[in-house]
Amino acid sequence: MSLDLLNLANVIISGVLTGLVYGLMALGLSVIFGVARVVNFAHGEMMTIAMYLTVALFAGLNLDPFLAVLPVAAVFLVFGYALQATVINPFVTRPDHSQFMLLLAIAVIMTNSLLIVFGPDARSIRLDYLLESIELGPLLIDRGKLYAALVAFGTSMTLFGFFRFTLTGTAIRACADNWLGAKVVGLDVKRFYALAFGLGAACVAVAGCMMSLLVDVTPALGPAYTLLAFVIVIVGGLGSMSGALIGGVLIGVSEALAGLFITPSAKSMFSFALLILVLLIRPRGLIGNKL
Amino acid sequence: MNRRVIFVFAALGGVLLCLPSIANNYVLSVATLFLFFAYTGQAWNIMTGFAGQLSLGHSLYLGIGGYASAALYFHFGIGPWAGLWLSIVLCGLVGSVVGALAFRYGISGVYFTLLTIAFAEFTRIGFDHWDWLGGSGGLFLKVTRRDQIDLLNLRGTPAMFYYVILALAATALALSAWLLRSRAGYYWQAIRENEEAAQALGINTFRWKMLAVVTSAAMTSLAGVFSAFYYNNLFPEQIFSINRSIETILGPIIGGIGTLIGPILGAALLTLLADGVTELVAALGWEVAGVKQLIYGVILFAVVTLLPHGVWPVLARKLKVSR
Repeated sequence: MSLDLLNLANVIISGVLTGLVYGLMALGLSVIFGVARVVNFAHGEMMTIAMYLTVALFAGLNLDPFLAVLPVAAVFLVFGYALQATVINPFVTRPDHSQFMLLLAIAVIMTNSLLIVFGPDARSIRLDYLLESIELGPLLIDRGKLYAALVAFGTSMTLFGFFRFTLTGTAIRACADNWLGAKVVGLDVKRFYALAFGLGAACVAVAGCMMSLLVDVTPALGPAYTLLAFVIVIVGGLGSMSGALIGGVLIGVSEALAGLFITPSAKSMFSFALLILVLLIRPRGLIGNKL
Repeated sequence: MNRRVIFVFAALGGVLLCLPSIANNYVLSVATLFLFFAYTGQAWNIMTGFAGQLSLGHSLYLGIGGYASAALYFHFGIGPWAGLWLSIVLCGLVGSVVGALAFRYGISGVYFTLLTIAFAEFTRIGFDHWDWLGGSGGLFLKVTRRDQIDLLNLRGTPAMFYYVILALAATALALSAWLLRSRAGYYWQAIRENEEAAQALGINTFRWKMLAVVTSAAMTSLAGVFSAFYYNNLFPEQIFSINRSIETILGPIIGGIGTLIGPILGAALLTLLADGVTELVAALGWEVAGVKQLIYGVILFAVVTLLPHGVWPVLARKLKVSR
């Protein structure tokens, strides 16, 4: 392989790995929207909180981010459940703009609480093994990125399994499909909405833990990730779980390629162009099947 | 409306008219900001409050409007009164492209909102890399002496800018009031409440929704022109930012979406709130980055949960006036 092609292959692999983490983040958004019909405009902010928790656990208790995943995800599961059950549930039947303002207020509170607690400076996690690369023939794979992607992929698969094979998962899918029907057969719909929000929050928590290994954390990341998550779920199909994962990989690769061929600062322009195209040509997303 | 309420409104209007002669520059700058948000809120309200199309990308029209007039002035010395026509036409065109694409392809609800965000963000990054307009480094207009009024080139004292934005805000209110009672206004409200039913009654929903988007976009472009000449600088990161879109919609949503007074009341409340919070934070010595916005967020949260229809409908019921 020539050097250029090799470089290209490395960039694409790196894009796929980052994309899997993006995919998990978007999967969380997709679950929340697909079930509870809540447009979570605080999604990126939740992600940033998870990133800070990971950084704080590492700095304070020297806890490895791959172990920190479990407590952080558990906290987010409970937090997401409580948030939906107490604050958001009354808004489910209200108009879009009203819901949006609520989540926006929550997002503003989250971002600025982080700013007050941690300050505006970027933080990162320095671990020796994150800097190593694995040589796979002529290819070089970033060790930290590979592990992060594996965790993200594993979490996504676990969630797929949960929705397909467990009774609770099936019940949640029923609420998503037809909330009136679910109510008629005796399901406590609002409780399952809360559970779905909790699960979505747990997804974004795992994604945040993994993302804290890949980028520097600042409070300002929140809104950017919210938009990114929306781009991904729309490209993949809002409410579609496999679509979110595939959309994440697609955006990860396109960002990496845009960074290579044009300029890194223009990378999200392509994501938004892709979003506009997908909305116009296939508004249900590239993979339009339901949850 | 009863006589007392009319008197209060007339008194408020009178205060606004005489403000430059009684207030200092600081109060005047706060009042200018209030009127700016009252104006943009009114413009946004036409599209979302009247016609029910939730836009979260109004920074697109602020930015294009501002950049069009500023570029004409910066590169060719063409003054804003000539340039604003380019801003209006460009924003009307962009609005009609966004609207036509969305409505022809049947994009509605959340998808429509996301489309408006996507167009604004796409344009923001594009302007970041457009060197002729300064790129991400920004476009700066020449600052001349502030004490001479040159209305033709929109260069002058804070009082001049204040009267310009006051005139804009008053015109927007009059236009909205007229539109709301016109054929378009009734069609828009029908579409907002139930689009299918409106269509079944023979309303060409595509055409009327387009009218709402284009009107709103063209009106917002003037706010962009004002902003460019008032601040003398333009940065894509600021004028196209989603935060600008959010600021635009906060006023009408807090004041009362779809009402005439809502955008004005909301803008007043938010401006006072922002100012009050700044003072409070300074007085208590809590000047840490983020405290102000945090309090802002908490109050917003309280308003949204406790007054879902905004402040004006509640107030109007108390005052026994029609909304």
